[in-house]
Amino acid sequence: MRGLDPRELLFRGFVTIAAMAVVVILLLMVVELTHTAWPAIDKFGLKFIWSTEWNPPKERFGALPFIAGTLVTSLLALVVGTVIGVGAALFLVEFAPPYVRVPVSYMVELLAAIPSVVYGLWGVFVLGPWIQKTSGPFILDYFSWMPFVKGPALAVGVLAAVLILTIMILPTIIAISRDVIIAVPRSQREGILALGATRWEMIRIAVLPYARSGVLGAAILGLARAIGETLAVALVIGNSTNVPDSIFSPAYTMASVIANQFREVENSTHEAALIYIGLLLLLITLLVNAIARALVWRVTRGQITTVVE
Amino acid sequence: MNDKQGTWKVVRRVALTAGVVALSAMAFVACSSSSSKDKTPTKSAATTPAAGATSAATKAATTPAAGGSSIPSNVGKADSAKLTGAGATFPTPLYTRWFSDYKASVASGVEVNYQSIGSGGGIKQITEKTVDFGASDAPMSDDEVSKAAGIQHVPTTLGAVVMTYNIDGVTTALKLDGDTIAKIYLGKITKWNDAAIAGQNAGVTLPSADIVVVHRSDGSGTTFVFTDYLSHVSAEWKAGPGTSKNPQWPVGLGGQGNEGVSQQVKQNKNSIGYVELVYTKQNNLPAAQIKNKSGDYVTPSTDSTSLAASGVTIPADYRTSIVDSATKGAYPISSFTYILLYKDQKDAAKAKALVDLLWWAIHDGQKTTTELGYAPLPKEVVAMVEKTLTTDIVSGGAPVLKP
Repeated sequence: MRGLDPRELLFRGFVTIAAMAVVVILLLMVVELTHTAWPAIDKFGLKFIWSTEWNPPKERFGALPFIAGTLVTSLLALVVGTVIGVGAALFLVEFAPPYVRVPVSYMVELLAAIPSVVYGLWGVFVLGPWIQKTSGPFILDYFSWMPFVKGPALAVGVLAAVLILTIMILPTIIAISRDVIIAVPRSQREGILALGATRWEMIRIAVLPYARSGVLGAAILGLARAIGETLAVALVIGNSTNVPDSIFSPAYTMASVIANQFREVENSTHEAALIYIGLLLLLITLLVNAIARALVWRVTRGQITTVVE
Repeated sequence: MNDKQGTWKVVRRVALTAGVVALSAMAFVACSSSSSKDKTPTKSAATTPAAGATSAATKAATTPAAGGSSIPSNVGKADSAKLTGAGATFPTPLYTRWFSDYKASVASGVEVNYQSIGSGGGIKQITEKTVDFGASDAPMSDDEVSKAAGIQHVPTTLGAVVMTYNIDGVTTALKLDGDTIAKIYLGKITKWNDAAIAGQNAGVTLPSADIVVVHRSDGSGTTFVFTDYLSHVSAEWKAGPGTSKNPQWPVGLGGQGNEGVSQQVKQNKNSIGYVELVYTKQNNLPAAQIKNKSGDYVTPSTDSTSLAASGVTIPADYRTSIVDSATKGAYPISSFTYILLYKDQKDAAKAKALVDLLWWAIHDGQKTTTELGYAPLPKEVVAMVEKTLTTDIVSGGAPVLKP
């Protein structure tokens, strides 16, 4: 500690305040949300989480339709998005020649810069009609024996929201996975290839286990974006407070109900209930992050962590 | 909202160049087309007192001071004040037009800043007295009125909610009664060829397809009027979802705003949704004829909407519902939209500017209503509002506007 230089002290002070500010802002938000949501917390308690009734004029509120809608759409988007995203990242790193890799990587990053309302409008005008007229009837013809697949195929609903979210989280997953996969040491690949492994075996044995934690981290970042996405989802999910029973059912998410109803609330309880949902959304995000950390920790125990973690 | 405003600009330019000729021509066309579509015989329309009242109301709009008051409609020409208002989005195009017309042609010193933040926000802001006037589509509830002591509702124009639809093979206007609409929105009628719908639409081939029900996802005055109507015509609706800006919908999918609803209706075959009359006029959407209390199927129009407020008893505070009007030829899903102001005004100059502006709005301002798709106030309501403005709004103990 030679820290007598005033510039040094000033700099240390600045970075400390910057770091603390994040913590303070988060804490203040939790306090304020809890405070304004208190009438609803007091009235409905934890029952709010599993009650399905959302009836503003009768002042009866339950968040299950929104929690279910948020989790179902985000998790499905996460599964589809991770499979496609990691696949794309592997292709870019392991198979693509530079004249493909560079422009494709560039386009992936461009995809991340498109505002979410544009995705939403594309969902309304292109994806929705496609689901209703083409893919929906096809799925209903061949897969209606599966659970949660029943008609009619509407232009909006769970499936449309899942597809939009998948496309929206892809750039995050591809970009991070690609960086993580690139970071796998060359010597490790060469070693396994020298033992006579095929390229697929090399990926399976040498690359993926090494990149696991980073890929998980990428997926979690994608999930966080999917959970919080508001506008694009509100445009394509159909905004129905009934719990969905099919991939074609209209549903609702926590973020979109707040966006839709906050402007014209029915009464003060309605307002408090919407803020209560906001608080739950924050808690769910925290929980998802905690689970992600735990997973990453379990996976990487005894391993060298990669650049991202 | 944006393309709406674009349309207004075009409409406005046309109107300005064509002037009075265009106005009277439009009024004439609107009158004649609706009376032929309404199935209301022209002869009886001319003889029933209610219809007489509307034609008088149309005339009232062109002559200042309909109720026989001696105050000219441009009484505020010497006023100078900056007024702020906030509230309902539904009348925004009309209010924007009014305020700019008023500044341009009557009182160059009166500037109005109106923020369309929604009825709920308007009520909140006038309650907290952060604006000079509020605006709301739904009248304030008793609870809200008790928090804003001395508030006065002033109806400015009328709007209607239109049932629009997209049914395979149906090209003529669909006919529906209130009970059927309630059952569709309750999920009790699920097929288009249900006997209840087919019975009212003889000669129309209805598909045996599921009805896709579309409603608003955002809290809205339009939803309030629609559910208010359903509560009036269906006991089951009243006991169930009830009258609300945000009811719990038993079935259907939600679209945001009129745009969202009409988009869902256009996209999903065999669907039905509800939007404002103004919006259907701009977008040429199909509109169902609704059976009113006197048994006629009425096409939604500015005339049939005005009729809904004609010949009904209106309380002094105007907090009333005019849905399911008993007047012959009245479109049943109609409502007032209000400006909210305090009876006892603190700032005398602002008070005078505001009341003078409202005075102009209920007289000359009514001319622009039909042009933009709103319905003018009937003559008897104009006379009532005249009385309210000249006696109830006071500043420093004396009426702001003296007859």
